[in-house]
Amino acid sequence: MAAVDTALPTRRGKKATVGLPGQNDVNPHGLRWWRELGWRHVVTWGALAFAFIPILYVVSSSLNPTGSLTGSNTLFSSISFDNYVDLLTDPVHPYARWFWNTLMIASVTALGTVMIGAAAAYAFSRFRFRGRRGGLLSLLLVQMFPQMLAYVAIFLLLVTLKDVFPAIGLGTRLGLILVYLGGALGVNTYLMYGFFNTVPRELDEAAKIDGASHAQIFFTIILRLVAPILAVVGLLSFVGVFSDFLIASVVLVDPNSQTLPVGLYQFVSQRFSEYWGVFAAGAVLAAIPVVLLFQFLQRYIVSGLTAGSVKG
Amino acid sequence: MTDTSTRPTTRTPSGSAPPARAARTSWWGRQDITRGFWVKLALVALVDALGVYGVLAAGAQKQWGIVAFLVVALVAVNVVYFSKRMLPAKYLVPGLLFLLVYQVFVVLYTGYTAFTNYGDGHNSTQADAVEAILVQNEARLPDSPAYPLTVISDGDQLGFAVVDGDGAAQMGTAEEPLHPVDAPIENGHVASVNGWITLSFNDILEQQAEVFALRVPISQDPNDGSLRTPDGSTAYVYGSTMVWDEEAQTITDTSRDIVYTADQDKGAFVSPIGAQLGTGWKVRVGLDNFTTVFTDSSLRGPFVGVLIWTFAFAILSVATTFAFGLFMAIVLNHPKVRGRKIYRSLLIVPYAFPAFLTALVWQGMLNRDFGFVNQTLLGGAHIPWLTDPWLAKISVLVVNLWLGFPYMFLICTGALQSIPSELYEAGKIDGAKPWRLFRSLTMPLLLVSTAPLLIASFAFNFNNFNVIYLLTEGGPDDLSAPVDVGATDILITFVYRLAFGGVNRQYGLACAVSILIFAIVASISAATFRKTRALEDLI
Repeated sequence: MAAVDTALPTRRGKKATVGLPGQNDVNPHGLRWWRELGWRHVVTWGALAFAFIPILYVVSSSLNPTGSLTGSNTLFSSISFDNYVDLLTDPVHPYARWFWNTLMIASVTALGTVMIGAAAAYAFSRFRFRGRRGGLLSLLLVQMFPQMLAYVAIFLLLVTLKDVFPAIGLGTRLGLILVYLGGALGVNTYLMYGFFNTVPRELDEAAKIDGASHAQIFFTIILRLVAPILAVVGLLSFVGVFSDFLIASVVLVDPNSQTLPVGLYQFVSQRFSEYWGVFAAGAVLAAIPVVLLFQFLQRYIVSGLTAGSVKG
Repeated sequence: MTDTSTRPTTRTPSGSAPPARAARTSWWGRQDITRGFWVKLALVALVDALGVYGVLAAGAQKQWGIVAFLVVALVAVNVVYFSKRMLPAKYLVPGLLFLLVYQVFVVLYTGYTAFTNYGDGHNSTQADAVEAILVQNEARLPDSPAYPLTVISDGDQLGFAVVDGDGAAQMGTAEEPLHPVDAPIENGHVASVNGWITLSFNDILEQQAEVFALRVPISQDPNDGSLRTPDGSTAYVYGSTMVWDEEAQTITDTSRDIVYTADQDKGAFVSPIGAQLGTGWKVRVGLDNFTTVFTDSSLRGPFVGVLIWTFAFAILSVATTFAFGLFMAIVLNHPKVRGRKIYRSLLIVPYAFPAFLTALVWQGMLNRDFGFVNQTLLGGAHIPWLTDPWLAKISVLVVNLWLGFPYMFLICTGALQSIPSELYEAGKIDGAKPWRLFRSLTMPLLLVSTAPLLIASFAFNFNNFNVIYLLTEGGPDDLSAPVDVGATDILITFVYRLAFGGVNRQYGLACAVSILIFAIVASISAATFRKTRALEDLI
């Protein structure tokens, strides 16, 4: 991963762009400009069209008062907020509940994942103990078995747990959060472990000499220095949970406790074309928190992504 | 490194040895009374309280596996957090506990289930199966006397109170077989039972579904049959046409005179000519689920097709997203392109859009008759993007390209910028043309740094449930296939169909396919990681 770490675009910037092919000191004109730069703009506009048509389309559909799939085909032909009103007042599909459930489940999971992962990464990075190497390797192995592959077993486990701990059994949001937290260690420890290693050990040593305990070093020194990776892991875990359909659909059955992916999927699968506008409104609202988070944390994400994660 | 370090007063250079020795005299003396300690004590106490509650609850349910796990976990937590040593464990235990239950255990349980016939018709013990079979085949006995009935309730459950042939009152509930009770009889019916409420006719109408479904066993022996009511005022004896013989382990269908014998290998009752009763029980079936996948002619064809498409989908997804992402990265990797920064931040917008929404939105856009692509972009065409087997495959790939290229664009941009420009200078001096520079310089260097990410992307797309399921649900379904399977089904959506899709849920088979998926992904990842040496760099 070392090779990848050095590739952070944010840390590079100016130095790397010096002397790339085709560069000279005079700005080109005419045909030369076209051959060197002009086509790049055209290609980029093409890619932007590909990237933005679905987004413009869903925003336009959500504002279209006809609300049907056919009616949405002319972009921004008319604008009204009827769909949003319908969405939030539909008694059968409690959208506001879904939104709240998703935010709550995703936030708690993200927070828990960050804490669990950071603690484990600290142990692996700062202590030398028997089974350390074996532990890291087994984590790598375990994380290759994606949790979602085991959803049949998760379902059966939660059915059993329902009798013993009803609060974390099948159909409960807390139960779902705990399931997600079970996958927290395997996936994120590596990402964090690499970053923890970049924090100089001398800092710990100095603090230790000043009389700080291992817990104080962890909570007050290390956690602050690794804030960027905490943000990235938190965000990735938030987005992963936010988008998860499979496990959420297996665990949560009652409409009132469902999450956005499960709920919105029902919208589309049950009454597809007539209720398209309402679905589009729901999709736009659902996208807002994630897009906002990405904007706020964009700087960190670029470096975190290049350090080896995949969108979930 | 020890907790004593939080107490600066004991760390005077001259007096450090004697106080430490003195402190070792008692357990309490060894604990440092700091704020952190109280927090720790409170947290561990909370965990202990929950754990003890769990032990009691699980014990009451006779879930001995959970009891054993909780006891071990509680001991481990207390030892780790009150010991002066085991520092790494203090940081690893919370994550490990979750990992053990929700990852390691479920993986092992998946493995175990893969060796059973768990599924619809095989989901419980043999005793439950016998009872279910007898109940399913109950019918009103032709010679049954009519018992005057009073329906009673204690708030939670319903019960029957009847007047038997001798004029005596008897009562029972679904759990409690019929037994004599001391109760007044008026007009030939039991008037009331102590501690129970007598339901009026209107009450019965309100709960008629429950009343008609209630069966009160005549005795502990399921062969004796039960009392049921078709009208709420008279009860009749219902007997099963099936007779269970525990000694011989057989069930006899008395109406047709067929003897079904318990077959512990199949977990079902089987007649001499091989017919099975619909309800069976869970047994271990060895490698049957795995061999079924490859040998059962109705499964093998679909499975191989799905397997090939899964590989094609994963490889093509990585290839197309990487090619497009890299292409855009190169296009924008020219210092004189105006607005590069804006272009870059706009291009990664699809990445911030939640994947499940993307799939659903594209599902609408690609709709054959009303979708945006056909109606607006293609001027009223009727191309079956999602309902033709091949077009659906292409559509899935295009949607996944939309989702995945920003990520590849990001990492390629980063990797391109990390290639030292001197290398290009040297190449140009040697007379290399741009294509040659790209092929011999850019690509090799780029692949070195992105290879681990490409493998991760492959593994991710191999199990990319969301895109497939939310876009096409694996369809269009292949109606000629003997099992439930569609043209865009990848392994994980195929498993989902096996486990939760149709009428016949086959958990055991689904788990077996899960294990196969794991084996494939793990061996490919392990082989390539080894090759890229990413692992050695890491540890």
